[in-house]
Amino acid sequence: MTKIKTLADLERIKNELRSELDLESGLLNSENAVKIKVGMGTSGIASGAKDVMDFLIEALEKRNIEAIVSQTGDMGYSYAEPTIEVQKPGKDPVVFGDVDIKKADLIIEKYIKLGEELQGVIPVNYQTIDN
Amino acid sequence: MITNLGGFKMSQHKQIRIALNNCGVIDPENIKEYIARDGYVALGKCLTEMKPQDVINEIKESGLRGRGGGGFPTGLKWEIASKNHADQKYVVCNADEGDPGAFMDRSILEGDPHAVLEAMAICGYSMGATKGLVYIRAEYPLAIKRLKVAIEQAREYGLLGKKLFETDFDFDIELRYGAGAFVCGEETSLIHSMEGLRGEPTIKPPYPAEKGYLGKPTNVNNVETYANIPIILRKGASWFNKIGTEKSKGTKVFALAGKVKNVGLVEVPMGTTLREVIYEIGGGIENDKKFKAVQTGGPSGGCLTEKHLDTPIDFDNLLAAGSMMGSGGMIVMDEDNCMVSVAKFYLDFTVEESCGKCSPCRIGNKRLYELLDRITQGKGELSDLQRLRNMSLVIKDTSLCGLGQTSPNPVLSTLDNFYDEYLAHVTDKKCPSGECKDLMTYFVIEENCVGCTACARVCPVGAITGEKKEVHYINPEICIKCGACEERCKFDAIIVK
Repeated sequence: MTKIKTLADLERIKNELRSELDLESGLLNSENAVKIKVGMGTSGIASGAKDVMDFLIEALEKRNIEAIVSQTGDMGYSYAEPTIEVQKPGKDPVVFGDVDIKKADLIIEKYIKLGEELQGVIPVNYQTIDN
Repeated sequence: MITNLGGFKMSQHKQIRIALNNCGVIDPENIKEYIARDGYVALGKCLTEMKPQDVINEIKESGLRGRGGGGFPTGLKWEIASKNHADQKYVVCNADEGDPGAFMDRSILEGDPHAVLEAMAICGYSMGATKGLVYIRAEYPLAIKRLKVAIEQAREYGLLGKKLFETDFDFDIELRYGAGAFVCGEETSLIHSMEGLRGEPTIKPPYPAEKGYLGKPTNVNNVETYANIPIILRKGASWFNKIGTEKSKGTKVFALAGKVKNVGLVEVPMGTTLREVIYEIGGGIENDKKFKAVQTGGPSGGCLTEKHLDTPIDFDNLLAAGSMMGSGGMIVMDEDNCMVSVAKFYLDFTVEESCGKCSPCRIGNKRLYELLDRITQGKGELSDLQRLRNMSLVIKDTSLCGLGQTSPNPVLSTLDNFYDEYLAHVTDKKCPSGECKDLMTYFVIEENCVGCTACARVCPVGAITGEKKEVHYINPEICIKCGACEERCKFDAIIVK
């Protein structure tokens, strides 16, 4: 493990992340993959986010969909846990609320595969600061 | 603008996420994702391009005030700690989040632990400390796990440890666990608890900045305060101090809870009104009931009413309105909540959590609780209301630490804003919202009763009498108001008044 010693090292790690993601997911280019983030704070996990995440990983692989599923912290929508964010290649990310396994299945089949709109989308309600 | 997509009603862009910038965006257990969002750039910049005093000046200029509740200017706190010389100094992160209904700090630690670590290292550099300690309650196992992973990864990458960014600055962080005592959120108690002593407060001064952990200069900041630091240093104080109000800069994270539709985390610029938070972001009151009050500041805060809804939220406005910012719990109450019971709930909490060191808090709060309990049982007298107020003021004036000095606030603010409700309890022996069980009576409506005897059979204390096919009668002397009869009756013949 090389230690970070300068600001330039930080920049290098930043670029490394992308290629590493490609490697880990076994894909040539992570840009072509569907990216899914599962809100795994305490409230998410308590509402069943872990099961949803396990299901997503298994189902996406079985159905041959190129995807990267990762955990993230609390998205802040406690009233609609578990929450997941789905980003299809070239599209804006979409956050779904109240995702149980049945709904996760629906999201794969309808939204990810067919691009159909689904109920239960939580619109972005905050500004981000540009990094 | 209200949009309605798939059943969720939310407003657009009232919120700005600074402290929650990475929360729900990055994988908290992968340091690279934090670095990919410019993580540790602020630390690198501070160590290689800025002098410690420059860092302090930048934080001072940003106007950041402590997010744990007190609102003390962070830059000033760091400066005081930096000017006290010692062979060893400490940076402490207060993650002892104890307000009922508050989960902001937990979410930050679970979602973005590196931001807190980075900020602690920056603080260490500015004040000349090489050791950091996170005091976190053992009730937060996931936050603890992710912090441990984060610390380990930061060490691997050389972002914690010796000679950071090839300078002479060393910094490392350890965890200290609390057992979940509320008073340990008070900084002197917190320090004693970390030293292995009883979690009891001591009189300030000396302040921790002078004599803190193990008698050495110590800076204690809250999780959310730290979470703001890397971004302030990356984007500049002049960017940060444009957000918010004149005296309160930046944003505040609130844990919106209670009878509101969209329970969750909210981060709004200071100066946003309670109405915007509750109605636009929170989506309004559950089941379209009527708004009654909002409790801010936890057990140290107060209840604000309809007339405060348009008050811009900042440290000073909330204080002036009889509540406080606190750490950011925001509990919404509707018409079904009895305000005397609410005050009693908080007092129950305080009595439980008082460390017992000083008598005003130990005994006074207990007596306050007993008075409130009597009132909710319909045994209160008019003179009790004055007694409540007097005792509250004495406790406030004479308690040793912040816990006792603020614990009567829920009583005082409900007395101020809901005096009628107290009056109804003591003079009419009625609870207008119907929450106080002891003040309710169960009646049989004679016209509806068919004499099926179902109620008499379900009554656990035999309070209901009556012959088959004849009107039944509930003896109020025996009735324990459990409500079983009302639930069982198929003819709507039993009502509560």
